Amino acid sequence: MTKKVEEASLAIATAVKLSRVQVCPMYPITPSTHVPEKIAEYIANGEFDATLIDVESEHSAASAFLGSVATGCRTFTATASQGLALMYEILPIISGMRFPGVMAVANRALSAPISIWNDHSDAVSTRDQGWIQLWVESSQEALDTIIQGFLISEDSKVQLPLMVNFDGFTLSHVFEPVDIPSQAEVDKFLPKFKPVFKLDVKKPMTFGPIGFPDSFMHFKKQQQNAMINALEVVKKANSSFKKSFGRSYGDGLLDLYKMTGAEYAVIGMGTLCGTAKVAIDKLRKEGKKVGLIRIRCLRPFPEKELQNAIKNLKAVAVLDRHISLGQEGPLFTDIRSAIYCNDITINSYIAGLGGMDITVSHFEKVFKDLAQGKQKGEWLF
Amino acid sequence: MTLKEIRLHGRGGQGAVTSTQVLAIAAFHDGKYSQAFPNFGVERTGAPVESYVRIDEKPVNLRQHVYDPDYVIVLDTSLIDDVDVTKGLQKNGIVIVNSDKNAAELKKKLGNFNIHSINITKIALDIIGKPFVNIASLGAFCALSKEVSLEALNKAIDELFTAKGKAAVAELNKKAAKAVAEVCK
Repeated sequence: MTKKVEEASLAIATAVKLSRVQVCPMYPITPSTHVPEKIAEYIANGEFDATLIDVESEHSAASAFLGSVATGCRTFTATASQGLALMYEILPIISGMRFPGVMAVANRALSAPISIWNDHSDAVSTRDQGWIQLWVESSQEALDTIIQGFLISEDSKVQLPLMVNFDGFTLSHVFEPVDIPSQAEVDKFLPKFKPVFKLDVKKPMTFGPIGFPDSFMHFKKQQQNAMINALEVVKKANSSFKKSFGRSYGDGLLDLYKMTGAEYAVIGMGTLCGTAKVAIDKLRKEGKKVGLIRIRCLRPFPEKELQNAIKNLKAVAVLDRHISLGQEGPLFTDIRSAIYCNDITINSYIAGLGGMDITVSHFEKVFKDLAQGKQKGEWLF
Repeated sequence: MTLKEIRLHGRGGQGAVTSTQVLAIAAFHDGKYSQAFPNFGVERTGAPVESYVRIDEKPVNLRQHVYDPDYVIVLDTSLIDDVDVTKGLQKNGIVIVNSDKNAAELKKKLGNFNIHSINITKIALDIIGKPFVNIASLGAFCALSKEVSLEALNKAIDELFTAKGKAAVAELNKKAAKAVAEVCK
């Protein structure tokens, strides 16, 4: 293990190398990040024995990802923003064919207006396409979650692709200290990929045939079952990671901060939770009973865990870094749906779209709203 | 030690991001936690850019931009005409400006802060042979703030450049940073 100051994107590239990924189909230019750049460098320097497929678009990156996993190779790709949007057509095909693999998404706004900055609209709007979605807060968690991601995704009870979401710029371009595990440590934690099914000339098999009306729904039910299975598998990966590396992130699904004795809490995803912690520390010193629920796993959605986390609260505020235009924040919708039986105030705040900074004073305002019994959230400018 | 925040102003192409990266690595070598990040705009050579560093004894959770810095470093004196470089700066905050003007003259423009004017460009030209001030300016930060040691800065420069096979670049930058630090004593 070495500890060094590393950019989050480079920490992810290192995690990909340590996970002994075999194929990386990637489209390297804007809106991508330093992730493909560093992976290409590792491969070119002979430090990483993998095949880089230099594709002509993200649509092709996703298609090659599918083909690569079909042949039984551990596969990784990375993208962001419009790049993910261009992959959209292939996302449900990968999950529908039950191909495991990991993609890192540096979450950024979707145009228009043109924005290169952080929000969650790219990945959140793909949440129904059968990919497990984990959301990280720090560079360390980004590195750790890539490694865990393969273990979860390849689990025989899961067999689904997994997306590791890390905030564009707000995390992707941040330099901070990261523990980088050794290859031997990662090898011990993450066994070689043993695909349940793969393309094999000796044992021919068809993937992705037509699903007639009498069978299609059965496939979808199996996918849904696998997603629900993933809840336990994500938890298990988190706890076994702790045994191996000494680090964990809540129960793997939710990461709670200062929730003991809390009356009010904010709920969010990604780096905004770090800033929320600073606000909570400050308010706790003033005697305010406030805490944070960080959603680490958005799909599958940890409904029971959430119900348990909020049961003693008076009110919660959900911060969405995305808006389902014409409705509300999608995270808010999920949370309200999960806790509709509870007698609790739940307010929706839309924040940080297109890179607008989310600050400690935003959280102070939100907690003040909750304490004053306000029944409605707002857009935080 | 409490959280310390540094805001660095530069122009596109001056290496502001690399500078803050090196400072974060240096603080880490001094046994502290650190965080460096740029305020990305649409990068064009010569356009004003900002990059930030946080240093603390405990892990840095805060992810907002730096609004109330303890230290400001200005890599190009002409920026003080275009950008409010002391915006939000803490009372008694230290400002390090790469300039050939004297501090009293800069004070008229920047207000009553702890202002240090150092001709870093001249030192860089003498030692490196090129106006590379991004790393050299950190010598002034080490000497004036005492937040980071010059030894740790040297280690950080080595980590970034020597590892990439640029040992000569590392040596020149270390020499320039040391020379800048000495002027500040």
